[in-house]
Amino acid sequence: MAAHVVQNLPRAATARINTEKISRMNELAPVVEMTGIAIGFPGVKALDDVSFRLFPGEVHALMGENGAGKSTLIKALTGVYTIDSGRITVLGQQKNFSTPAESQAAGVSTVYQEVNLCPNLTVEENVLLGREPRRRGSIDWRSVRTRTREVLAQLHLEHVDPGSLLSEHSIAVQQLIAIARSVEVNAKVLVLDEPTSSLDADEVNQLFRVIRDLRDRGVAILFVSHFLEQVYELSDRMTVLRNGKLVGEYMTRELSRMNLISKMIGKDLEVLEELDQASARSQARLAAGAQPFMQAEGLGRKGSVSGVNLSIYPGEVVGLAGLLGAGRTETARLLFGADKSDEGSIKVKGQPLKLRSPRTAIDHGIGFCSEDRKEEGLIGDLTVRDNLVLAMQATKGWARRIPRRVQDELVAEFIETLDIRPANPDALIRNLSGGNQQKVLLARWMVTSPDLLILDEPTRGIDIGAKTQIQKLVNRLASEGMSILFISSELEEVLRLSDRIAIIKDRAMVAEISNDDVSVEDVLTVIAGGAQ
Amino acid sequence: MSPLSTVAPPTIKKPSAVRTRMRSGARYAPTLATLVLFILMFIVGAGMYPSFLSGQVLLNLFIDNTFLIVLAVGMTFVILTGGIDLSVGAVVALSMMVTATMLQNGWNPGIVILAVLVIGGGLGLLMGLIIQYFDIQPFIVTLAGMFLARGLCYVISLESIPVTDPFFTGMAQARIPLSEELFISPGVLIALVVVGVAFFVLHHTRFGRTVYAIGGNEHSAMLMGLAVKSTKVLVYSVSGLCSAIAGILFSFYSLSGYSLAAQGMELDAIAAVVIGGTLLTGGVGYVLGSVVGVLVLGIVQTFIAYDGTLSSWWTKIVIGGLLLVFILLQRLFTRRTN
Repeated sequence: MAAHVVQNLPRAATARINTEKISRMNELAPVVEMTGIAIGFPGVKALDDVSFRLFPGEVHALMGENGAGKSTLIKALTGVYTIDSGRITVLGQQKNFSTPAESQAAGVSTVYQEVNLCPNLTVEENVLLGREPRRRGSIDWRSVRTRTREVLAQLHLEHVDPGSLLSEHSIAVQQLIAIARSVEVNAKVLVLDEPTSSLDADEVNQLFRVIRDLRDRGVAILFVSHFLEQVYELSDRMTVLRNGKLVGEYMTRELSRMNLISKMIGKDLEVLEELDQASARSQARLAAGAQPFMQAEGLGRKGSVSGVNLSIYPGEVVGLAGLLGAGRTETARLLFGADKSDEGSIKVKGQPLKLRSPRTAIDHGIGFCSEDRKEEGLIGDLTVRDNLVLAMQATKGWARRIPRRVQDELVAEFIETLDIRPANPDALIRNLSGGNQQKVLLARWMVTSPDLLILDEPTRGIDIGAKTQIQKLVNRLASEGMSILFISSELEEVLRLSDRIAIIKDRAMVAEISNDDVSVEDVLTVIAGGAQ
Repeated sequence: MSPLSTVAPPTIKKPSAVRTRMRSGARYAPTLATLVLFILMFIVGAGMYPSFLSGQVLLNLFIDNTFLIVLAVGMTFVILTGGIDLSVGAVVALSMMVTATMLQNGWNPGIVILAVLVIGGGLGLLMGLIIQYFDIQPFIVTLAGMFLARGLCYVISLESIPVTDPFFTGMAQARIPLSEELFISPGVLIALVVVGVAFFVLHHTRFGRTVYAIGGNEHSAMLMGLAVKSTKVLVYSVSGLCSAIAGILFSFYSLSGYSLAAQGMELDAIAAVVIGGTLLTGGVGYVLGSVVGVLVLGIVQTFIAYDGTLSSWWTKIVIGGLLLVFILLQRLFTRRTN
């Protein structure tokens, strides 16, 4: 429809795209138009009849929970995946991309979350790789240098030496260099997949300045981010996906945050409210005189953390709060025996215990879900069922095989209670989204039914829907009598879930507070060094 | 975003130009270390045996190792992409057998050389295609290639076949004088041309830069729209072609074809490449480094020959030790830069 309109516009109008206001965008032809896109993987329908359009000179945010199909849609546009059905047009021409090279040739450039450049090559090579200016068959290194300097200058990166190795630069600068590479090709479409996830506030600002520059020059920018604030700061328009289906396309300023979230998770926000009430769990179940499951006294390790005094009672959620790098993970590792303590002592169920290795901890009913999902031992090439059965079998010993019927029941139960999506026990783990992988990981530990489960950043990098589900699960496990040590950089989350909060600061435990009417400010005051 | 993660953001690091240049120099460190080692060994040799200083000892290192230099060049391409080629020794032997048999049957030396180059390059191309399109580890595919080539040698003949062709005997005996006392063989010139071409290809063509990019991060190279598939296939073809050239040079040197020749030479080539500073994981290394690697292997042999009392097996032991030291150095080096 928009295509008809543009023909009626004078030629100059299309040229003046840069200065056009967003409100006029509907009158222009979209650079990218994707209609009825469907992509399936074995056991997973990743995209189902999704349509999407992108206009020149706009920042368009693609929103959705993990597993909603954002990455898949991007990969269809960038030629990494081939579409099963549907139509992609770029600049009015129908395209059928089967390799990234084809997509790039059509003017679509992508900067992925993990910087996809070569760390062993120099900055200038990375910017121009595959497109080096040549003279008589030989790469003209002098032109390479000049061209790189020009492009870097456009992005305010004059301080970057084109001859330095890429690996010498921070992730933020590497990401900007990846953008420089797309600028160099004169891309019409720039796809940014979670570009800010590993950047700090200053770096994000620098990146945004560059993105706005490019937008004003008429580049169409597709932006994916988990940070709602950033999406609202930067984007003009958004498309929301849920479960591989299109929910709708909205102008950012017309869609409130609350409405966006409910469109993303597909249910009303009352669910979120429920959780807050759950945290008002009665402390009564901590009967007076009860024996703590685990008791740490003056636990510490040279160069790691010190002075950890912590008692965790059955059925209690203890939150561990502190700044990034304050020593939260280190504390968790001491309690799990992953690092050996050199001072203090640990008692489990009143008995002194020397934690020599994680094995000892597991034997005494302690589980540890580390913050690094990929390294944690989920096996990507196995199915959800296989991953869960591995854990079950490990607790039973190899000799006693678990009958298939029991396996099926257990797996089905976990998929249902944890709402693992897709609800298919035979889906491969690597085809699941981050949030759903996290759920399978939790399920693996739940199978072994530990007395104490240490969760290190279980909700990091996953979307709101999965986050609430994991929070609910933590609540439920605690009410069933499991002790939980909950670590998160999101203070609100810690406050919402915990019965008590231990505060770590500068690699020492500085305070323990009971969570009755404690506010974020209270905890921040302690961390900032004020009165307790 | 939580308020916690926004507290005290670290600033973007802007390394000074001087530091950047110094650290960029670290790329050359393993290769330079090999060069220094070679020079030290030469100085020690000169102290022990005055004849080392004549210069001809140095040139003999080239004359005696022309085929290994060419093999190491091909291997450098493969290892730079993160692959390996175990077939090269067997392809050298096959090339020698084909050469000797065809010459014996009265073929023109020009046609013989062309045929050998086609066979070597073709075998490499075939292995590259299998590695790329069936997604099989290079180790297994080139191991199969090794057995195939070696087996074909036995099919041709179990006996050693002498080469009597005038062009080949001429090349074997020809000496190109550099001064009154110093000379090199035509083989050395050919090897140096191969090195020069390889250097140009690796550093001044898109194909060469793609080789490095694949070794750095194959997935990224693919996403950057580089010709990853064809480059990976071609790299094995280059290695096969180099093996064929090495086979011809070895024929110049030994004037025979024997099915048991060049056994384990693929391992010598890999050792030379690694000692020359190329990372086995790919992406870092220089073809000139591999040449120095071959010279280091050569000088170890020269030492043992000069000593006269040591069994030649000591060569292997010293090379094994050197290889270990260099792998450890590389590990330390990569750890420091990461």
